[in-house]
Amino acid sequence: MTLLRRWFWAWLGGLVLAALAVWGIVDNQRLFFVTTLNGLTLAALYFLVASGFTLVFGLLRNVNLAHGSLYLLGAYVGWVAGEYLGSWFLAVAAGFLFAALMGLVLQVGVFRFMQGEDLRQTMATIGLSIMAADVALWIWGGEIYQFDPPRWISGTTTLPLVGKFSTYRLVLLATAVVIGVGLWAFLAYTRVGMMIRAGVDDRAMLSASGVNVQMVFAITFAIGAGLAGFAGVVGGTALSIAPGEDTRYLLASLVVVIVGGMGSVTGAALGAVLIGVAEQFGLAYAPTYGIVFTFVIMALVLAFRPQGILGRRT
Amino acid sequence: MSAAQWRKAMNFSGGGRNWSGGRPAPVTPETARPPARPAAGSDSVVPTGAGIWRLWHHVRWRHLVVLVAVLVYPWVATPFFTFQIGGQVLALGLIALSLTFLAGYGGMLSLAQMTVAGIAGYIVAILGVSGTPAISLGWPWWLVVILAVMGATLAATFIGWLSVRTEGIYTIMITLAIGMAFFYLAQQNYEIFNGFQGFQKVVPPVVLGIDWRQPMPFYYLALFWALAGYFFVKYLIRSPFGIALQGVRDNARRMRALGFSPVAHRVAAYAVAGALAGIGGVLLVWYNGLITPGSVGTSWLINILIIAVIGGLRHPVGPFIGAIVFVLLQNFAIDLIDRERFNLVIGLGFLVIVLFSPDGLLGWWDKAKEWVMRRAGGRRIATRSGEWRSSGGPTGVSTRAPMARPLGRQ
Amino acid sequence: MTKRTAKLFGVLTGAAVATVLTAGAQAQETIKIGVLATLEGPFAAGGQDGMRGAELALKQRGGMVAGKKIELVKASSDAKPDVAVNSTRKLVEQDKVQIMVGPLSGSEGIAVKDYSKSQPGVTFINGGSGAQATTLVNPSPNFFRFNTDGGQWMVGLGDYAYNTKNYKKMALIAEDYAFPYSQVQGFMAAYCKLGGKITHKAWVPLGGKDYSSVIAKLPQDVDALLVVLGGADAVNFLSQYEQAGGDKPMVGGSITVDQTVLNFKGKRRDSLVGTPAAGPMADSIDTPEWKKFVADYKANFKDGFPSPSLFATVYYFNMKAALDALEAVKGDLSGNQEKYREALKALKLQTPVGEITLDENRQAVGPTFITEVAKGADGTFYNKVVKTIPKVDQKLNMSKEEFDKMGLGSRDVPNCP
Repeated sequence: MTLLRRWFWAWLGGLVLAALAVWGIVDNQRLFFVTTLNGLTLAALYFLVASGFTLVFGLLRNVNLAHGSLYLLGAYVGWVAGEYLGSWFLAVAAGFLFAALMGLVLQVGVFRFMQGEDLRQTMATIGLSIMAADVALWIWGGEIYQFDPPRWISGTTTLPLVGKFSTYRLVLLATAVVIGVGLWAFLAYTRVGMMIRAGVDDRAMLSASGVNVQMVFAITFAIGAGLAGFAGVVGGTALSIAPGEDTRYLLASLVVVIVGGMGSVTGAALGAVLIGVAEQFGLAYAPTYGIVFTFVIMALVLAFRPQGILGRRT
Repeated sequence: MSAAQWRKAMNFSGGGRNWSGGRPAPVTPETARPPARPAAGSDSVVPTGAGIWRLWHHVRWRHLVVLVAVLVYPWVATPFFTFQIGGQVLALGLIALSLTFLAGYGGMLSLAQMTVAGIAGYIVAILGVSGTPAISLGWPWWLVVILAVMGATLAATFIGWLSVRTEGIYTIMITLAIGMAFFYLAQQNYEIFNGFQGFQKVVPPVVLGIDWRQPMPFYYLALFWALAGYFFVKYLIRSPFGIALQGVRDNARRMRALGFSPVAHRVAAYAVAGALAGIGGVLLVWYNGLITPGSVGTSWLINILIIAVIGGLRHPVGPFIGAIVFVLLQNFAIDLIDRERFNLVIGLGFLVIVLFSPDGLLGWWDKAKEWVMRRAGGRRIATRSGEWRSSGGPTGVSTRAPMARPLGRQ
Repeated sequence: MTKRTAKLFGVLTGAAVATVLTAGAQAQETIKIGVLATLEGPFAAGGQDGMRGAELALKQRGGMVAGKKIELVKASSDAKPDVAVNSTRKLVEQDKVQIMVGPLSGSEGIAVKDYSKSQPGVTFINGGSGAQATTLVNPSPNFFRFNTDGGQWMVGLGDYAYNTKNYKKMALIAEDYAFPYSQVQGFMAAYCKLGGKITHKAWVPLGGKDYSSVIAKLPQDVDALLVVLGGADAVNFLSQYEQAGGDKPMVGGSITVDQTVLNFKGKRRDSLVGTPAAGPMADSIDTPEWKKFVADYKANFKDGFPSPSLFATVYYFNMKAALDALEAVKGDLSGNQEKYREALKALKLQTPVGEITLDENRQAVGPTFITEVAKGADGTFYNKVVKTIPKVDQKLNMSKEEFDKMGLGSRDVPNCP
């Protein structure tokens, strides 16, 4: 498609969305802005979960379908740590560390021997996710767990245009922005980050230039998994943890990454915003089929741009 | 298990080796040459016109034994085993066969096969007779079944069209997401899909005076279609279309250079797999007597993958073997270990197979045979082209050996 | 906690299997009863408690009825009807149970009822499923339900909300499937008749976790919210509502403020105190029978909830009915279980909550309790009884004509905006 045609379609799409937005604001102003903010905060959560997923895929070419399980296990372990140590922040740290450790073990113990066999790795992650879900059910049962964040980040804030809004969701948004910027800075300015970026582009060259590729892989997987665990505790505080959350967040990560583009952290951010906002608007304005909207968007992106919006054709 | 062996077994990264459905290099599949003629030169690729009868030469004792066993099975097994174990194995095996065809021979691992089967099941429920007369139209069963299989094929073609531009792992993700979209649609829509409730009392009709939901008639019905599917796939992988498909799997660019259209072949493969899954879906909805969104949810989508992989993606009999293991575990795990930990056992088994025997149980069977034959002294088995090695060669010995036997035992 | 329960199940099933294997064909002295509950998936906690309830009924009789030993054979499902039917079929055709107790969830119940018609030689008794259609639409002659259904559980709450609490206008948030439909019908049948108005109905998809948009759309001019969500959905909604600054009082459905929700692991919300709800039981019924039941539960199951949940209670009712009727016929299951079924039909089941009898569709007629959430001395939450309605039938205590005219509950039935 030529540049002119592309701009035409972008403008048309933008116009349609703007018209819908105006109608929404006129119809029920508060609802519109609350939904937008809800969408952004949900996008923040999706970004936290999907960033680890896309990082692991981008470098290791490993579609880690156990990502959701890492989220859930990190959340449970974080909860236990929070109960024993009495601090929510320590719970977050515990979730991150446990998931990172699990990620390290998996990469070094299982995936290292399957280098290059993407499909086999994916199937191994499927098996692991089934086992992890069952172990979690065994240990923690089918009950619902909720976290106990400190007073100053939970509760209600009053915002203009929107009225009362959950403080924690705003904190979630801020956290995602901080993590996103931090991740970008890590990738752009540190040595390891540079190696990761180089590896995403050309793994063989990275190895040929004398870098210990296995160590970079291990670090990346640990970070990716740790992000999932971190998101588990942070997200579990907003929406509780229970069996089945792993599948839900895995699917969300998949859709976000497919839409935004595999292997790109910026793509994950963009995809998360699109999907989060679409989901919330769907739930608010068309609750019956709202959930199907996200998948429709995904199908459309696939049909017209299979590598995702910011993805690269591999 | 080295990377090379995995690639070989899974037929995925081509690597210049032309796998055709699990037969080892040399390239060509079996031919129908009469055994008396000495082997010379290259073999023709497909059975010729009269050659369809030469397929009789491929029939070996073990085929007859298995055939007799499955035919006689309902007479020796209890009605429970015939219906719940046998019927379910055949229906699930047929759906998993569609996945084996797509993944093993087409190189496309689609997690939406159960979705396609579910679409066929829903069509049967919506257009036919069910316990929800408000929605079901009550059309005659033969029309409904035909429409269901056609609908499944159409749906599969659509899914294929969406996924065909992706490869390998992308295909898994995208088909999983499509499957989930259908699940949510079925769960939320009450006008057509009756939402969370689904449809109850979707039973096979009484035809020719036989109630086809009784254990024995249902078993034979399912057996007929399972055998039909099995032989159809076996035939298809040796037909020009099947060979071209495997070529596309191994090296799409080269096929394009030769004038084939990889996209068209892939979408056609999805359609064929859709038809198989559709038949399996009709059988499954008749077996269960109901269909709900839960029948097409994540757990069932993954279960079909597990069944196909456990059995082995290399040969059309693999999914049925996988289905036997799965159904037996599902029913009897509670007696052996905690039923609650059924998922743990299945996941562990699946992981073990992926790690150590990507060929699934078929791979272990072949390795066992190889080991036995090696112990028996490494017999040399000549073939027509004479480039056969002693046993201990690549997997696939079992299917080669019968061809060689007419030359006389060595 | 769950490990031990798992071990307990393992030992019990192992013992059951051992007995099966050694006893061979049906021994005259043993009667096999199959129990099906959702031991996997989202309702796993409820299913485990249901099993405890069934086991308690048997333990209270010392494992024997009329001189015959009772053997429990367990099976599990994950709230999917096809899995439930497969598990039931295995129990009935493979393990050869003579009486079947289960399943737990509504859609499973309908599927098992359909299956029961093909097995006239086995008596099927419900476990916990509460869908109206199970006994109202195409009832099966050998399927008995000794617990009231979802609609019956809410009878009397409409009146309580309108007259006692003075909520004249309410908004509804409920999950979008059959069980909440019946619950809402049970509430609105009386509430609308009295003149109450439900101006906004928000049917949310099952398993949706994010209620922020739903909360944003709730009208501000209502007196209270009718919240018919269960389990994790209820917990999420309650905390998100509070975080979004919501302050309207709530009226809950039967599983919205029950033990599984009140006892979630985390900070209790004080805003829940005072929420009325209704159901077939309550944590704090002030009768000696109920207190004995709770004490028995606590003594036998150290790893259970602080008080038996709704699932434990209804499984207890059904299993007790099975055993009481068995006692009445002295264990005589001959003649296609004719006498046994007559005994079941005529049974006046004495339960810890009162008397339960069956109507002409073999559906229970029993008491419903209106409760309010209260905080105990030790800081735990429980439901205290504020009103008891002794005999609620499946027509929601309306006349046959009125009920038939209304039909089964759905998204738009009943309606009083």
